This record gives sequence, C-alpha cells and structure tokens, in this order.
Amino acid sequence: MPGTVLTEELEISHGGTGGGAGDGRGDDSSGRGGGSPSELPTRIYQTGVWLALAAIVMFFMALVSAYIVRKGLTDWRTLTLPKILWLNTAVLIASSITLERARHAFTHDNESGFRLWWSITTALGFCFLAGQYVAWRQLAASGFYLATNASSSFFYVLTAAHAVHLLGGIAALLYVLIRGWAHLRRRNGIGAEVAGVYWHFMDGLWVFLLLVLQMGR
Amino acid sequence: MSFSGADTMRKRNSSRVSKRGSARGSERGPERIAERGSALVATLLSLFLLVFVGLTLYFFIGKQMWFPAPINAFGRDLDRQFTRTFIITGIVFFLSQVALAWVIFRYRENGGRAASFEGNNTMEIVWTTAALVMFVGLGLAAEHSWAEMHFRGASEGALKVEVTGKQFNWLFRYAGPDAQLGRIDPRQITESNVLGVDEKDSSGKDDIVTGSLAVPVNREVELTLRAQDVTHSFFVRELRLKQDAVPGMAIKVHFIAEQTGKYELACAELCGLGHHRMRADVLVMSQPEFDAWLVQQKAEQ
Amino acid sequence: MTTHGATTAHVHKAPEGFIWKYVFSQDHKVIGIQYFCLALFAVFLGMTLSVLMRMRLAWPGVKIPFMSSDFTPEMYLALLTMHGTIMVFMVLTTAPQSGFGNYFLPIQIGAADMAFPVLNMLSFWTTFVSLMVLIAAFFVEGGAPIGGWTAYPPLSALGSIAGPGQGAGMTLWIISIAIFCAASLMGAINFITTTIDLRARGLSLMRLPLTVWAWFVTAILSLLAFGVLLAAGILLLLDRVAGTSFFIPGGLVVSGVVQSQHTGGSPLLWQHLFWFFGHPEVYIAILPGMGVASHVLATFARKPVFGYRAMVYAICGIGFLGFMVWGHHMFISGMSPYSAFAFSIMTMAIGVPSAIKTFNWLGTLWGGQIRLTTAMLFALGFVSLFISGGLSGLFLAQPALDLPLHDTYFVVAHFHLIMGVAAIFGIFTATYYWFPKMYGRMMSEGLGKLHFAITLPGVYLIFMPMHFLGMAGHPRRYADLTGVAYLKDLLPVQQFITWVAFATIAAQFIFLFNFLWSLKFGQRAEINPWRATTLEWTIPSPPPWDNFAGHEPIVYHGPYEYSVPGHAEDFIPQNQDPASVARSLASGVPGGVPGNDARLKR
Repeated sequence: MPGTVLTEELEISHGGTGGGAGDGRGDDSSGRGGGSPSELPTRIYQTGVWLALAAIVMFFMALVSAYIVRKGLTDWRTLTLPKILWLNTAVLIASSITLERARHAFTHDNESGFRLWWSITTALGFCFLAGQYVAWRQLAASGFYLATNASSSFFYVLTAAHAVHLLGGIAALLYVLIRGWAHLRRRNGIGAEVAGVYWHFMDGLWVFLLLVLQMGR
Repeated sequence: MSFSGADTMRKRNSSRVSKRGSARGSERGPERIAERGSALVATLLSLFLLVFVGLTLYFFIGKQMWFPAPINAFGRDLDRQFTRTFIITGIVFFLSQVALAWVIFRYRENGGRAASFEGNNTMEIVWTTAALVMFVGLGLAAEHSWAEMHFRGASEGALKVEVTGKQFNWLFRYAGPDAQLGRIDPRQITESNVLGVDEKDSSGKDDIVTGSLAVPVNREVELTLRAQDVTHSFFVRELRLKQDAVPGMAIKVHFIAEQTGKYELACAELCGLGHHRMRADVLVMSQPEFDAWLVQQKAEQ
Repeated sequence: MTTHGATTAHVHKAPEGFIWKYVFSQDHKVIGIQYFCLALFAVFLGMTLSVLMRMRLAWPGVKIPFMSSDFTPEMYLALLTMHGTIMVFMVLTTAPQSGFGNYFLPIQIGAADMAFPVLNMLSFWTTFVSLMVLIAAFFVEGGAPIGGWTAYPPLSALGSIAGPGQGAGMTLWIISIAIFCAASLMGAINFITTTIDLRARGLSLMRLPLTVWAWFVTAILSLLAFGVLLAAGILLLLDRVAGTSFFIPGGLVVSGVVQSQHTGGSPLLWQHLFWFFGHPEVYIAILPGMGVASHVLATFARKPVFGYRAMVYAICGIGFLGFMVWGHHMFISGMSPYSAFAFSIMTMAIGVPSAIKTFNWLGTLWGGQIRLTTAMLFALGFVSLFISGGLSGLFLAQPALDLPLHDTYFVVAHFHLIMGVAAIFGIFTATYYWFPKMYGRMMSEGLGKLHFAITLPGVYLIFMPMHFLGMAGHPRRYADLTGVAYLKDLLPVQQFITWVAFATIAAQFIFLFNFLWSLKFGQRAEINPWRATTLEWTIPSPPPWDNFAGHEPIVYHGPYEYSVPGHAEDFIPQNQDPASVARSLASGVPGGVPGNDARLKR
C-alpha cells in the first residue's frame, strides 16, 4: 500500500514543485492561453497541486466515512490516543509557521533566511514523523495492534496514510532545498509556493484527522 | 414534441428541397455514383434499424419469452409496473429509433447544402420537462410495491422461517412447537449440526432444519435471511423476490404464496465456484400437507 | 519509475533515440498511441476470455482449446472476473480517455503538449505495470480470482479458503487495481490542468469541441472517484493480509473452519465504497464516447451540433448526478429501503440529461447532409445502442422492478449495451475518424463498412436476447445451466448467442486487419480529409512533435461552424481569421438559409 501511494505522491510533488515536468515543454509555450510567458508555468503548477489535493481529500473522505460507518457497528472498542499526538500536532503547526517565515524571507530576497527557515520546516516534518512512530509504539505497547480492533485498525490506517502523504511533502521540501536559490528565483518561487500549499494542507488534514480520531474514539 | 420548432425546421427544409432538385438534374459522373452508394448504405442502415425495432417489439409485445406467472399479489403488482414501464420505454424506443432511421434515410448526402440551425430552446425545455416528468413519475409509480415489501414488517400470524446460505446450499430452520428458534453458535457447527444450533439453548431443541423450503399456501411467511460464509442471494422468480443474504446481518422479507406447487430457489449473488448449482426446492402446499411435511422432516432429522 | 522521470526531465528539444522517442516518450501523441495499443491488446484478450466463457455456457462439457484440463466452473469464474476487470479498467477507461484524449485534447485546444509531460509518461507506464500485475494473476497458484470485477467481500476477503483464485490471484488483483488508481489520478490531474490552463487564445469554454468537454468532465470524475477505490482497496488488502475486520463480520464458518480472527466488519461498507467509485466509472467509460459521437455526427451531417450549450450542460449534469446514484447497485443488498427510494429518484433523474443528448443528436442530424463514412456509421450505431441500452435502465432504476431483474442477464444486457458496446462503438468512431490524422493514411472504407455491417447486428443479436434470459430468471455469473432445473429450457438461447458471438468476434479481425494494413498501405491522408473545423485538422497528418510547430493558433470560431449561410465552403475552421471569412461571405454562393448571421458575431 504505502509504496503505491508514495509513488503517486512523489510524482505529484515532483511535477508540482517546478522540477522536471515543466522544464521540457512548459517554457517554449509563450503566449499560450492568453497568459504571458512567465505567468504560464506558475499557473499549471498551482492548478496541478490543488487538483492533487482534491484527489487526496476524496481518498481521506472515503477512509473517514468508512470509519464513521464502521464505528456504528457492534464491536467497537474505545481507543485511548497516545498523548504524544498532541505534541506532534504542535510540531506540525509550528512547521507551517516556519514555512511562512521562509516564504517571507524569499519575497524579501533574503537567501540565508530562506534556507534557514526552510531547513527548520523540513526538520520539523521529520520530527513529526518520528513522533508518529513513537505514538504507534506506545499504542502497540498498550496492546492495540493493527488487527486488534477496528478502532485501532483505523488509527493505524489513517495515521499511516497521512504519514505517507506527508513524506511526499517532505520530498517536495527537500527538492526545493536541493535545487537551490538561483533555480527558485528563476522560477519566481513557484516551487516554494506549491510545496507550501501542499504542506499547509497536510497540516490542516492532520488536525482534521486528529479531531475525527479524538471525537470518534 | 414542440410543434413550433418542428414547423420552423420544415420551412427551412423546404428551401433546401427545391435546391436539391436542381442539383440532381445538373450533376453527372463520379459524384452521382458516390451519391448512389451513399443512398444504398443509408437505405440499408435505415432498414436494419426498422427491422431491429420491429423484432424487438415483436418479442416484447408478443411475450415470446417472458417471466413465469407470478404466484403472489406482489408479483402481479410488479408485472403491472413492468408493463407500465415497458409501454413508456417502448414508445420512446420506437419513436427515437425510427426517427434515427428516418433522418439517416431522409437527410443522406445529395450534393445540396445542410441546414444551419443550431438549436431551439423551446424544444430543449419541452423534452427536458417531458423526460423528467416521465422518468420520475415512473419511479414514483413503483414506490408503493417497494413500500409494501420493505417499509412494513410481516403480520403477527406469519410463519417464521430462517434461511441460511452457505457454500453451496441453502438450509431452512423452522422453530417447532415452541415457536422459538435456538441461538446459533458457529463453533458448534458439525456434520450433524450444520447450522451450529447452540446445545445449551433449550429453545433450539425442537428446531427443524431442512434442505428445502416448504410453506403453506395463502399464509404469510416471514423469512430471516442469514449467511454462514459469503454473501448469497435468495431468488424465487415466481415470487418476484430477491434479497441478498449477507454474513453478519439478519434480513427479513415476507410474502404470501397463493398457488401450490413446486418452485425453485436459485442463488443470485456470486458466492464461489459452486454458485451455479446452489439451489433448493420451494414447495407451496396446503396447511395440512405442510403440517404433515414438517412432522416427517422432524422424524428424519 | 521515479528514476526515469528524473533522467528524462531535462529533454528540451525533440527527443532522439528509440527509447526516448517511442518507449519513455513524453510526447502526448506517442503516449496516446501507447495507451491505444495497450487497450487494443487488452480488448482482444478480454474478448478471447469472453468467447471461452460463452463456449462453456453453451456446451458445458467443452474443453479449452490447447489445454488438457477440464473447463471447470472456477475457470469460468476466473475468466469472468478477468474479462470484467480488463474490459472496464484496461479498455473502457484507457482507450477513449487516456488514448484518444491524450492524443487529441492538447491539439484540439491548441497546446504543444499536456501540462505535465513527465507525469503523463509515468501514468502510462504505471498503467502498463498495473496490466502486467493483473495478467500475472492468471499464473499464480490457484489462478485468477473468481469473485467478479466487483470483488464483494467476504468472498474476496477470506483468502483461498473461499475458493481457488481467492488467494494470491485476488491479492494481485487488488494490487493491480490500486496501481491503476494511482495512474488514473495522475492522468486526471494532467487532463484537467491542461484544459484549464493551456487553451489557445480565443478558445473560451463555450468554444471547446464537445470531445474536450467530455474528456474534461471525465477527468474530473476520475479525480474524485479513483481515490475512493484506492482507499477501499487498501482496506480490503488489510483484511486479507493483516487480519483486520473492515469488511469481514465475525462468526463466519468457511469450508467448516471458523474464522475466529475477524469480528464485526460490514460487507455492505465495501459495496458503498466500491459503487461510489463504480457508478462514476460507468460515466468515465461512456462520456468520451458521447463527446466523439457528437463531434462526428456534426462533422458528417455538415451541421452545427444541435443545442451545443444543452449538450455541455448535459455532460456536466451527468457527471454531477453520477456521484449520487451509486445506491442503485445495492437495492437488494440489505441497504436501508428508505435510501433505496432516494437513490431510485436520483437515478431516474439522471435519465434526463441522457435523453437531452439523444434528442440533440437527432436534432443535429435533422436537415443535414449525412455522409455515411465508417466513422459516421459507428457514431450512428452509438446513438442507437445508447437508446437501446439506456431505456432498460429505467426498469432497473426502480427498486421494486429491480427485485426480479437484479443480478440476472437483464442487467448483463443493460450494461453491456450502454457501457460496453456503446463505449466500444465510441472507440471505433474515434479510430476511423482520427486514424488519418494519427498515421497520415486513410483506413479502408470498404473494410470499415463490412466491419460495421457485421458488428452492429451482431451486438444486438448477442445482447437483446439476454433481456429475455433475465426476465426468465437466469442469474448472471452462472458457470453453466446444469444446476437450476428451469434454466435447461434457456440453453438454446445461450447457444444462439454463442454462435452470434463467434461471428461478431470474427468481424473484429477485419478491423484489426484494416488497421494494420492501412498503417502501411492506406491511401495518403491530406491535412483535412473530412473537411472538419477543429484545430487538429489545421496541422499536418501526422502532426509534428510539437503540434503547431511553434505557432500558437488563435481561435475565432465555435467548434461546429458547418454550412454557415452565405459562406462558400460548408465549414469554417476554428482558427480561420475573421477577415477572410468576411471576404468569403461577400463573394459567397447565394441561396443559403437566411436569418442566421448572428452566429458569426461571437
């Protein structure tokens, strides 16, 4: 499962972060659709990332509605969520703030500030994933494995699916970092913008999932 | 449908038709041959569509192959609704296929110039409304049959039978004298206790398990459908009744069979390699015959 | 997969070398042809499976040619499952959308390529992997799965204990479908972005060819539906390999073994998720066909599409309502009877846009100069099949009437006519129509007409009698007619259908021959052999690798300006500049239909 989603995600972030896809033909398409030459690549990546997010929403909505239906059945056991999840949530929200700092630095042509805040964001992303792993270990230690009860099954599936999608986001963050400042400037910061949209969305999605898991226990 | 729209089109066509005459008269040679070939294909396709419509209606109206006669009020109800639906869809089918055949023949290429109208809002509104009223109306007309089957339960005096589907046969359980079915415990399933009726439950002692479904005529029967392994579906065509038997669920359906005889229950939900042979007899008999049958089944058990 | 993306990402100029030109090409035209070839392979495979199934139905003792073992019921069910899966996913989803859509959507909107060429290439190769994994299911222990393309649990969730093929074969099936979901999502993102952002100057939404509208809405349906199937597939896979209980209830006894590791799951949950995807999937298969049919009908009737706006709204309406009717697949499933009522009314309502389309097709033909090319014949066949197959839907949409008809051959007839054969006719229409543009040669019209003359009667003779089988109570997915006594009377009908199927399938080899022969020996095609209006007919056949050779077309006209009164030619290409149109009008032939000049003011 994760492999599949991962492939999909990497491709989306790969194309979406202003990397490979557009370099081929995107540049020679001046004047197309009535847009100015520099405007065009920006537009397709913006559209692309929002469409990818729409697909991701449908994927998670399917899981969440399955969760709600399944919870209404007879054998549901209440799950105590590991406390560390709240810390993880704080970390992820912090990463959104640092990401905005980085983008602020970009608009002010502050290369070192951008690199710093962008790296912190990426690091916080890794911290979140590590925290999620700890949460799984804690849950398993308390006797709730994947197949123990539908409540724990859904916990693992939802958090793992989110983690895989977030991993795609981290790949996008790293990609922007590795491609470097000059490339980003040349492309009007589109890579940072698209990765940012995706990252904020993963942040919001996590808060939503946590509320579902907390209220639906 | 909309006469005003059709009128405008007729007027426009008349100007075309006069032009067509002159075009025909003056042209000779390869163009003419192509035109004749086109006419042949158009004629053949139109004829084919007409024959197809004719055959289809012949088979449907003539009922060359049809449902078996229903044996309950619900079945007769459904047959009437089927007829209503058939009349409406049949008319739409006839008109649209014949219209298609007609335009193919009538407006085949002849070297003239096509009309150029792009649409007609009045006509769009008329046929949208007509389709909406017709289709949704049909849907509402069938609702009472559905409500009769599913919005109310069986009456008090109904005979209760539990139906269990398993790969690949049907089992029926009658409650016996105490009118109570015993609990089921899957772990107690053995060769002799195929349903796993709980040994410790006293109300299960007099349960009668059979391999065919017998019901008294003219008495309401309530079936509780269960499945032991995968999803099966209870289907008796003479009752016009089909209902999935889903593992983990107990689904109730009810019917009154009004005609004695031997019918067949077929599984209608793919359940594995023996799906096509998962069947059972359905026996509708008089009440005394039924009582005797039940006693005999008990004795054989 | 990612490595290919990384290495090919820096191709700026026309690609060189066989690998980059034809294998890992990022050119939407090559990818379109790759999809088409994949679908062509898949459709002949699926067809072969179906003819084997038909043989067993007609003659239960028959053996599979070139195989020593008996033709068992489980083999029949494996063929059935694979036939359905291959046809729905690998043919009906790929050919009309990913194949022709990939090739012609960018050209028809005046773009040099798709928005994300690398993503496009990846989605093809992901689809290819998905097909390979699916075919691999034939060769693992137990063979291909036997649970049908709908894969209802618990049958699909319990493993090999539930039947041969339900072990490794079923697992591969789920993996294949999950991969396919990922591929379709990538494709959908590309199609939608391209349509939104890369349209040529002047190409407003209401000037898009109906083909583009159909591909666009289909891509939106894919985007919203395939994620749901992916989620459901993951849960099903976990039920099988990790012992979870999403879809498996407790207390099951299979082949005498108590399945104690599962409790409390819901088989109906799968059905809801599956059909939430499954019903839009039906429209994913048929909408492109509707688009192509509308397009070709207008071209060869030499008339504007009747009610263009209504057609656009109908496509959108079908797409929208398509997400609200999934419950009509579940009237007998044990779902709440009250929701069945709601689903039924919504389903009846979806007949309305379908009816609008049919009426508008007739309106398009009315008063035309109908030229019966092979493409036109298949488009007309599409309309006829759409009517025939659509009307039986009005029976099945009523929950009460669905009771006797559900899961019988009546349903088989219904969905084969409307989703299977009609969509295939859409594919044939597209092939005969666009072949000259794609390969620079014309297909043989004579062979094409012969193909049509056998295929249309053939499919009607195969599928119309199935309605009566269903009404006589013949359940579908039966390996033979020996089990249930009343089916024995129906055997001659099944045999008749099998004989017709032989003939119809033989006719498909005429198509294959025509296709291959014309590739090499067909008459050279001009730029615009059909005298059509849309942008693909303004560039060479076949088009150069960047389509418009660096010149961006500017669009001045609607997509279907045929037989404009006063204009000398009976068509105006979308990019013809207004000045030349005005000159032509000034010197044009007299005698056109007056009163329609308003159309030029757009």
